[in-house]
Amino acid sequence: MHTKTLTELRAGLAAREFSSRELTEHFLRRIRQFDGELNSLITVTEEQALAQADAADATLARGEGGLLTGLPVAHKDIFCTEGVRTSCGSRMLDNFIAPYTATVVEKMAAQGAVMLGKTNMDEFAMGSSNETSFYGPVKNPWDQERVPGGSSGGAAATLAARLTPAATGTDTGGSIRQPAALNGVTGLKPTYGRVSRWGMIAFASSLDQAGPMGLSAADCALMLGAMAGHDDKDSTSLDEPVGDYLNDLNQNLEGLRIGVPEEFFPDTLDGAIAESSREALRELEKQGAKLVPLSLPSIKLSVPAYYVIAPAEASSNLSRFDGVRYGHRCDDPVDLLDLYKRSRSEGFGEEVKRRILVGTYALSAGYYDAYYRRAQQVRRLIRDDFARAFAEVDVIMGPTSPETAFKIGAKVDDPINMYMADVFTIAVNLAGLPALSMPSGFVNGLPVGTQVIGNYFQEGRILNVAHRYQLATDWHQRIPGAFA
Amino acid sequence: MSWETVIGLEVHVQLATASKLFSASSTRTGDEPNSNASLIDLAMPGTLPVVNREAIRHAIRFGLAIDAEIGRRSVFERKNYFYPDLPKGYQTTQLAEPIVGAGVVDLQLEDGTRKSVRIHHAHLEEDAGKSLHEAFSDETGRAMTGIDLNRAGTPLIEIVSEPDMSNAEEAVAFARKLHAIVTSLGISDGDMSQGNMRFDVNISVRRPGEPLGTRTETKNLNSFRFMEKAIKLEVERQIDVLENGGEVVQETRLYNGETNTARAMRSKEDANDYRYFPCPDLLPVLVSEEEINELRDALPELPDARKARFVEAYALSEYDAELLCADLATAAYFEAAAKQGGDAKLAANWVMGELTARLNADDIGIAQSPVSAEHLGELIQRIKDGTISSKIAKQVFDACWAGEGSPDQIIESKGLKQMSDTGELEKIVDDIIANHPAQVEDYRGSDDAKRKKKIGFFVGQAMKATQGKANPQQLNQLLQQKLNG
Amino acid sequence: MAIDSKVVAQVAHLACLQVDDNETAALSERLNDILAMVDQLQQADVEGVAPLAHPLDVSQPLRDDQVTEPDVRERVMPIAPAIEEGCFLVPRVIE
Repeated sequence: MHTKTLTELRAGLAAREFSSRELTEHFLRRIRQFDGELNSLITVTEEQALAQADAADATLARGEGGLLTGLPVAHKDIFCTEGVRTSCGSRMLDNFIAPYTATVVEKMAAQGAVMLGKTNMDEFAMGSSNETSFYGPVKNPWDQERVPGGSSGGAAATLAARLTPAATGTDTGGSIRQPAALNGVTGLKPTYGRVSRWGMIAFASSLDQAGPMGLSAADCALMLGAMAGHDDKDSTSLDEPVGDYLNDLNQNLEGLRIGVPEEFFPDTLDGAIAESSREALRELEKQGAKLVPLSLPSIKLSVPAYYVIAPAEASSNLSRFDGVRYGHRCDDPVDLLDLYKRSRSEGFGEEVKRRILVGTYALSAGYYDAYYRRAQQVRRLIRDDFARAFAEVDVIMGPTSPETAFKIGAKVDDPINMYMADVFTIAVNLAGLPALSMPSGFVNGLPVGTQVIGNYFQEGRILNVAHRYQLATDWHQRIPGAFA
Repeated sequence: MSWETVIGLEVHVQLATASKLFSASSTRTGDEPNSNASLIDLAMPGTLPVVNREAIRHAIRFGLAIDAEIGRRSVFERKNYFYPDLPKGYQTTQLAEPIVGAGVVDLQLEDGTRKSVRIHHAHLEEDAGKSLHEAFSDETGRAMTGIDLNRAGTPLIEIVSEPDMSNAEEAVAFARKLHAIVTSLGISDGDMSQGNMRFDVNISVRRPGEPLGTRTETKNLNSFRFMEKAIKLEVERQIDVLENGGEVVQETRLYNGETNTARAMRSKEDANDYRYFPCPDLLPVLVSEEEINELRDALPELPDARKARFVEAYALSEYDAELLCADLATAAYFEAAAKQGGDAKLAANWVMGELTARLNADDIGIAQSPVSAEHLGELIQRIKDGTISSKIAKQVFDACWAGEGSPDQIIESKGLKQMSDTGELEKIVDDIIANHPAQVEDYRGSDDAKRKKKIGFFVGQAMKATQGKANPQQLNQLLQQKLNG
Repeated sequence: MAIDSKVVAQVAHLACLQVDDNETAALSERLNDILAMVDQLQQADVEGVAPLAHPLDVSQPLRDDQVTEPDVRERVMPIAPAIEEGCFLVPRVIE
């Protein structure tokens, strides 16, 4: 069962080939068997999953059901789940039993999804390798000496190892797409505002967006249909109609204009990675798409702009973790300042503290204009670049990540090098656009991903492009040997 | 050489909404600690704010009342600092683009002069929770502070004046006027005892013609009386410091009304870099022309208009009218009493005199007055129709204050009706004359000027005998008639 | 714009993070690397460009003034580190 996509499992449940309980037990068994090594899940909610599966079976027996009835899903541990620890990968929230449930989780449950557990992640989603997690690094199923990427590295690894058929992720600067690329799975970051942020622990509020991660574009389309929509509880969620993503999948690509920015294929890029994406472009050309060379000159400043805006917002978002109402509190504080300083310093890991310090500095008196304000100005330039491009093309494509999965520990002492892992994904978050990463080949036995970026609310279009590509290729069906 | 005082005010006004600024939890006070603190107010991870429309509309109403430009686009920002009553670690407020721009408030001072105080801007923000310092301790017995977040997130407008006031009286007049405006608008109950209207006063002194001196901020003054005293105290202190060759230190000071002393605050002193930036969880608030016009058309009568109407309709002095319009409740009370009593001047005198004195003495607001406007109106009627004298009226007022019934009931049950039967009074006067031959002889032996004084004795005796119920005019006439013979 | 140990200590204090003296040197080096990268922003020609806080030009939705939030004390008090009589406890604060 674990080699099937979510879409296939859905059909199997509908045809009564197996029950949701059987399906759920199967994945729970695989988790027990493999996750000790992989470390892709922080919490497994076995009892709850089986209860949900039984309820789903009852629903299906009545001939009813929603988009995801009876289908197992693993949620990133950044989404609050009532009664279940929600750690955000941090010691700060190691003892945090969420008192409420995130909209994303609620909406998927309302469509009948069965929650298997909570996936490992970089602490507070700050990282590109999953090494900043308080719960230890996640291993890449394709080579367990390597990282799965981050911050939704647990989600990507657990999918690649077929320990779950579906997962949720969040993406602030590439945290869905980069790990999807490094694990050979498909991940979609929707338009900013497409999916509610209520209950998703904030990293950088103006960039964070939740999205689906799966084994195919079709699986992501199925999940997005359940996740998307306006939420009164999130002021930044938009009141746009949710598309019929499954229906859009099969449109042909005749006349599709694909923008190919020169900035996504710099001379310094690994030739094999560039070739993987160029090969994907050729496949789409075969299906009737036209390639349009273009330039996005401002995106070269996206990494510096991001590393001001994201830490600035984070420094403020993470101020609520003060040891007073929930979360880690130091022992025997001598006074208020001691309570704050020790609780926070013990609760947060090094990378989180570093980003808080950078963000605090960037917002502090005298530096606001030089850093924060300027970064927001550059942000507009980047958005305008994309707007100009989308006047000419339907989608924009290039490699998702400039590199394949690197060795665990290789970059921990070199944050700048680590930040560059997101060079192709970050601009999309700054502009708020939707983008997807799909598997497009292997380099030295490690998966490579290609990114498809769409205009605002064009999730249906980019899922369509990826789906058509996946109909013609089988990269997304490859399973790492140890987990077959 | 003399000193000039420069005063500016920052006034926090709690808006009268049912729910909080960014969450749908109740703004009610007096409930169990944290029972009105939602997941949002508690700053649970993953929670997000949504703006209360009525809070925006209240702020616009205030802006329209002071002729200010309304921010067609306003932006919420985060003011970052750590404090236990601030659960998110930042206060959501407005800075660069507030909802209310520059405006002006006109004052009528006691000496008859007028003054305009410019408003720099007014912005919307959320209130903090409360720190309770009493009776908490940890397991080792160490003193702790308890945090109640029921108030956290309650909507406020902060009104920031220009430093246009030059003494405590002007500052108090300005504060009173703001109180009158916000209560007339119905956007706040203005209840200072509950901290629903609080004043922070920025004070500096300088020699005439010199640049502004270093200012201090005295925080959280919650009565006009304390505000006046605190300003006087701080001005004296600053002058004292400067005249002794010292320097005024820029600091935040806390005033203690009970002891009439103030001291520099110890906490928050290093939280001076607030790192404001636009709140990324909220979008710009846009206000349409239609909405502004709709709110303008629906504005209730404002204090200045009401004052003009009082002067015109009730022939009151400007100053009396200003005082009566100091808040909506007082104005409404006066109008009701005047209408029922049929004498505006008398009603004004009673409201500003006896009633205000009693309210102040018992430290309660006019809304809590045991003597209702209807009662006072009835009392005035009885004075006007000669049923009771002004002197007896005070006695009736006291009984009414003590809850002994309506004025008519009290007059009836205590038999306080003025004696109108001339025969009965004549008999009492005759008795008094007969019983005090020495005084009668003395009176009759005096000239007119002395007689005027000496008749007082007989009036007193008669009042005593009638328990004050004699009509003074009638009595005087009768006595003169009998004594002068 | 290089920062030294002293600035690191000040910023850490603002952020309520405890940074030990033996950490500040290494930390300031790290932060300077990041700031050097971020300083590429100074090359950008942003003359006359309005800052962009949100990717989409949308305005704030407003909520009706109604009380709909439930009392959540039973859910939140059990996860609080220190409570007494319904209040969260912190070391005594002197104003």
